[in-house]
Amino acid sequence: MNSFPVIDVRDVYKSFKSVDAVKGIDMHVDRGQFVAVLGPNGAGKTTLVEMIEGIRKPDKGEIQIMGKKWKGNEDELHQIIGLSLQETKFIDKLNVRETLRLFAGFFGLGGERVEEIIQIVGLEDKIKSWVVNLSGGQRQKLALGIALLNKPKILLLDEPTTGLDPAARQEVWTILRKLRDKSETSLILTTHYMEEAERLCDFIIIIDKGKILKQGTLEQLLNGDGSKRKVLEFTLDNPGSSTEKLLNDSRFRIKWEGENEKGIVEFASWEEDIPVFMSFLKKSELRLKNLEFRKKTLDDLFISLTGRHLND
Amino acid sequence: MIRKIANHQLYLLILSYFKEMIREPGILFWGIAFPILMSLGLGVAFTRKSDVVRKVAVINQPGLEASQPHANLKIIDFLDKHAVRDTVPGNENLTYRINLPDDKMGNTILLFQQTGWNEAMVLLKRGNLNVVMEEKNGKISYHFDPLNPDAQLTYLRLSKLFGNENPEIIANNDHVEPLTLSGTRYIDFLVPGLIAMGVMMSCMWGLSYGIIEKRSKKLLRRMVATPMKKSYFLIALITVRVGMNFIESGLLLLFSWIVFGITIQGNLPSLILLFIAGNIAFAGIAVFISSHTSSTEVGNGFINAIVMPMMVLSGVFFSYHNFPDWSITFIQKLPLTILADGIRSIIIEGAGYKEVTIAFIILITTGVVFFIAGLKIFKWH
Repeated sequence: MNSFPVIDVRDVYKSFKSVDAVKGIDMHVDRGQFVAVLGPNGAGKTTLVEMIEGIRKPDKGEIQIMGKKWKGNEDELHQIIGLSLQETKFIDKLNVRETLRLFAGFFGLGGERVEEIIQIVGLEDKIKSWVVNLSGGQRQKLALGIALLNKPKILLLDEPTTGLDPAARQEVWTILRKLRDKSETSLILTTHYMEEAERLCDFIIIIDKGKILKQGTLEQLLNGDGSKRKVLEFTLDNPGSSTEKLLNDSRFRIKWEGENEKGIVEFASWEEDIPVFMSFLKKSELRLKNLEFRKKTLDDLFISLTGRHLND
Repeated sequence: MIRKIANHQLYLLILSYFKEMIREPGILFWGIAFPILMSLGLGVAFTRKSDVVRKVAVINQPGLEASQPHANLKIIDFLDKHAVRDTVPGNENLTYRINLPDDKMGNTILLFQQTGWNEAMVLLKRGNLNVVMEEKNGKISYHFDPLNPDAQLTYLRLSKLFGNENPEIIANNDHVEPLTLSGTRYIDFLVPGLIAMGVMMSCMWGLSYGIIEKRSKKLLRRMVATPMKKSYFLIALITVRVGMNFIESGLLLLFSWIVFGITIQGNLPSLILLFIAGNIAFAGIAVFISSHTSSTEVGNGFINAIVMPMMVLSGVFFSYHNFPDWSITFIQKLPLTILADGIRSIIIEGAGYKEVTIAFIILITTGVVFFIAGLKIFKWH
C-alpha cells in the first residue's frame, strides 16, 4: 500500500487580476477514494481542479500527485490522469469513434480500448454521429469516455453534469458508480449539485470564496451540530407579533427565510420534538399554512454556514 | 508495422484534421471553387474586348441655347459631315455617333452630345463623360482630367479625328500587332498571383483561425492534458494545410491550362520548392499570430491586419509598379510579393532555380523565424 496520498494539496493559493480564486486550500485524496468539491458558482472549484490537473500553477503552496510534483513529471502524470474540463468542445465534424480513436492514440492505445469505452459510456448507437450533432448528455458521456480511456489512476471531473437533464445526470452517475465498484481509481469531482456529492462521493469538501468551509464524510458533515438530522419546513397563515417570539425561542433555533416567509427547524427526533413545537404554536395562536418534513441535506449545512443556497 | 502507424499520434492527428477539413463544404468552395471562378471571371473580363464607348460633350457658345445648333461651327460641321445623327427620345439636345471599327484593338464608338457647361460638369462628375469639347474663336479646346487615362485616350482619338479631313482612314492606317501569345496576357499575370494569394489566405485563415478556435473551445487544453506530443499538434495542422494548398493550386493551374492555355514556361521542381517555401513562410506567420489569443474576434483582426495590406500592395491582381516609387522597395520585401513575383517569374518568364534562390531563402527564413518566435510564446492552456 502506498504510504502517501494519491493527491496531496498543501496550502495552495491562486489569484487572477481582480479575484483571489483560491485562498489557502489543503486537501488530500487516498487511493480509490471519491472526493467531491462542492460549492456554488465562483467558489474557486475549477481553479483548484485546474491546478491539480497541472493546467495552472499555484501562486503559493504545493501540489503532489502520487508523490510527484507537476514540474518535470508532466509526461508521467499525463499517463495516469484522466480528466474532463468544464465544457470542452471536441472537433465538430469527427464522429464519436474517430474522436475516441484520436485520444486513444495519444495514450498509445488501440481500437479495442475504444470499443470498450463506447460500451462503458453507452454510446453504441452514436458511434458514427458527428460530435456537433450530439446532445449535451451524449457529449458529456463522450468527454467522460475520453477521460476513462487510459484506465486512469486519478480521474478529475470538473462539473461533469452541469446543464444536463435529470435522466442524463443519472446515466453519468451510473457510469461513475460502476467505476467505483470495479476499479481503484481515485476521483475528484467538482459540482454545485449536493445530490451528486451525496450519492457518488465518500468524502465531501465544501468550499466557498476560495476557502474550505467544512469537510468530511456525508455522515460527519450532517452530524456536525449534534445529531439533528431531521428538518421541518413551515409557513404560517398569520405571521405577526407572535412570530418574533417563536423565532427567539432558544429551544428551536429557527432559521427564517424572509423572502419566502418560510421557517426551517432542525430536530433530532420527530417523536419528541414535534409535540413541543406544535404546542408552542398553539399557545402562541400561530396557525400553520404548510408543513414539510424531510432529511437534512448539504444545502441546509451550506445555508447554516453562509446564509446562502448552494445554487444561488 | 501498419498497426503501429495506424496508432501513431501524428498519423491520427493528420487523419483527424484532414477529415475535419473535407467535411466542411465551405472549405472546398472557398479553397478550390472560388479561386477558379475568380480566374475565370477576371480572365474573361480582361481578355475579350467589347466595343468601347467614349462620351464627349460639345459645349454651346455662351448665351446660345442648345436648340441653336450651329453655335459650334467647326465641330458641328464636322459631325454633320462624318457622324450619324442620333435622336434620343426625351432629349432635345443634338447627339451624334461615330463608329471607329477596329478588329484588332476592338471597336470604338464616340458619342457626342451638345450640352451647356453646367450640365457637362454634372455628367463629368458622375463619370458619364470622358471629354468636354468647346470652340472658341474657331479653335477647338478640350477639357478633361489629365490623370484619367481613359479621358486622355479619348482626347488623343478626338484630336486626331478633328485634325484629319478623312477620318475613316485613321482607324486602320497604323500597323498594330496584338500580343496574344501565352505569357503576356492579363490572365498570365493573374494566375500566379492567385496561387500566391491562395497560399497566404489558406495558411492565415485555415491555420491561424484553426488554432485560435481550438484554443477558445478548450480543445487545445484538453489535448495537451494527454501524453500528446505538442509539436505533433502543429506539424499535423500544417501538413494538412500544405497538402490542401497543393491540391488547390494544382487544380487552379490545371484549369487555367485547359481554359486559357497557360503553361509553366520555367522549371517545375523549382516552382514546387518555391511553393513549399511560401507555405512555410505563411505557416510560420500564422503560428506566430495565433500563438497567444483565444478570442476568435481578436484573431480575425490580426489576420486581417496581415492579409489586407498584402492583398492590396503585393501585385496579386495588378502590378505594384503603379504605386509611388518610394513604396516599391518596401512592397518588394513583403512575403506575398516575393512569392507572387517568384511564381510569376517561373510560370511566365521561364525562370529556374537560379532566379528564385533568394526568394526561396527569404521565405524559408521568414517562416522559421516566425515559427520559432510563435512557439516561444505559444499558449497551450
